[in-house]
Amino acid sequence: MRKSHASTRRRFLGLAGSAAAIGMVPVVSLRPAGATPETMAAAIRNVVGTATVQTGKVKLDVPPLVENGNTVPMTVSVTSPMTEEDYVKSIHVFNEKNPQPNIGNFYLGPKAGRAQVSTRIRLADSQKIIAIARLSDGSFWSVSADVVVTLAACTEEVI
Amino acid sequence: MKSAGTIVAVALLIAAGIAIAPLAATEIPPAERRSGYSFMAPDTKAIQDDDTANPGMLWVLDGEALWNSKAGATGNACADCHNDARASMKGVAARYPAYDKALARPVNLEQRINLCRTRQQQATPFAFESRDLLALTAFVAEQSRGAAIAPEATAELAPFVAKGRDFFMRRQGQLNLGCTNCHDDNWDKHLAGSAVTQALPTGYPIYRLEWQSLGSLQRRLRNCITGMRAQNYDYGAPELVELELYLMTRARGMPIETPAVRP
Amino acid sequence: MASALINVPKKAKRGEIIEIKTLMSHIMETGYRHTAAGQLVPRDIITSFTCRFNGAEIFRADLFPAIAANPFVTFFTIANESGKFDFEWIGDNGFTETASAAISVE
Ligand code: HEC
Ligand code: HEC
Repeated sequence: MRKSHASTRRRFLGLAGSAAAIGMVPVVSLRPAGATPETMAAAIRNVVGTATVQTGKVKLDVPPLVENGNTVPMTVSVTSPMTEEDYVKSIHVFNEKNPQPNIGNFYLGPKAGRAQVSTRIRLADSQKIIAIARLSDGSFWSVSADVVVTLAACTEEVI
Repeated sequence: MKSAGTIVAVALLIAAGIAIAPLAATEIPPAERRSGYSFMAPDTKAIQDDDTANPGMLWVLDGEALWNSKAGATGNACADCHNDARASMKGVAARYPAYDKALARPVNLEQRINLCRTRQQQATPFAFESRDLLALTAFVAEQSRGAAIAPEATAELAPFVAKGRDFFMRRQGQLNLGCTNCHDDNWDKHLAGSAVTQALPTGYPIYRLEWQSLGSLQRRLRNCITGMRAQNYDYGAPELVELELYLMTRARGMPIETPAVRP
Repeated sequence: MASALINVPKKAKRGEIIEIKTLMSHIMETGYRHTAAGQLVPRDIITSFTCRFNGAEIFRADLFPAIAANPFVTFFTIANESGKFDFEWIGDNGFTETASAAISVE
């Protein structure tokens, strides 16, 4: 994984001020604490309770290198027969470094036919994201992915 | 603060391998021209390729509704005079900015639409970058999708094209850069992760991921001028319209992609 | 003005798995941004999206500030009978929008 020095300075949601143009001139220095791995762990506990989360069954598709952290395409799919007896109840996605650990919760059922959802997300910075699926038998399965976010050039001051 | 910013900017340019004092700028041969689209990552291209995934289409939809709604003292809708936009507006965006006789200067598509607001509908003009103006512009320009860019090559327009070209070539701002130094000389390089590209305005208004919104070509130009730490111009300023016009002549013959997606 | 773009196949074979794509115009203001003057820009997001088929919920999502502006959500369902999909977006400041799409299953 390439760790770009520029990417770690990537403004997220304008909170560190705009990466004004080519050189980064911070116009706002206020920076709320990002979601730390501990707050992410707590958000995951909220969903899974005391159950153990196993690795597997879940696939998370995110481009490994993202052109702009404001709009990152993401697809989560779960291996499941999607029958009345054995299906995916919900999919939960979390992140490590945004100001808030939750990204989205998606509730489906046997009528979905295929356990797959796509959306577009915001990523403050290069970081890890985790997807967890709750199955109809009460088990939880997960996968994680690392995303590298690059810095946009020639932007404007925020607001 | 100002000088620190400049030092960072210059350092970034050097890291990108962009020469600060190159030899005379060279224009891009027609056969080597590439739309900004071709520099994008596959995931970004996919957003533009699918109309049901391209957020720019939300503005096109809004524009279609505005096209059909009555406005101003005359109570005329655009559609009352221009009928079906698919026929009447086809190819129009491909030749803007165009010369307006009454004003004796070129106007861009946004200004052209606002002229119909004031002259024909007797309504107040929309503000630049307002949702309504972007929506109508996107709707009108989308009717030219696939049409070859064809600004008029007339004697009336020639001096304005020349002024736009001069702007593009001129070194200016704290970094002493011209547009040409990036977009003619270094278009195949990257700047802090972004492809520099050839500055060909094939898809405006664009949905820019950075903006999380649709925006005009002038907004894009103002972003680059800010990046150059040069004097900026208000929306609608003659300097920006001339620059738009010159950029369209550089893109002559290339197909319109509106509403394009850019990072 | 809030537009929605919905993509549902008009026709499907009974038992076919179909993809539904939705795009809703919304700024999704995170509530974490500050103006240059240091003032917090209040949160304004869509918090919930639901899809019902002939009245029964088939898909629902909780959205957070980390969902990109103009939320795009796609999912799947089995086409078992003809009918109508109803989509509903609910958010901050009393935001509610609906859209619908019909499908004929043969
Ligand atoms: C009362 C009739 C009328 C209405 C209403 C009207 N227009 Fe026009 N429009 C014209 C005429 C006449 C021209 C060409 C002559 C001129 O104004 O220079 C024109 C020209 C244009 C052009 C330039 C076409 C070209 O080939 O260069 C565009 C674009 C346009 N109108 C868009 C609009 C839009 C968008 C609206 C609604 C906001 C609108 N018009 C409303 C009469 C109208
Ligand atoms: C320091 C280098 C640099 C300079 C100088 C510069 N630009 Fe840019 N420009 C960029 C970069 C980088 C991008 C692409 C950024 C992105 O999309 O993330 C860009 C994008 C553009 C685009 C968008 C192209 C598209 O595909 O839509 C246009 C148009 C443009 N520039 C015009 C100009 C003009 C006109 C000037 C001079 C006033 C200028 N630029 C000066 C670096 C530069």
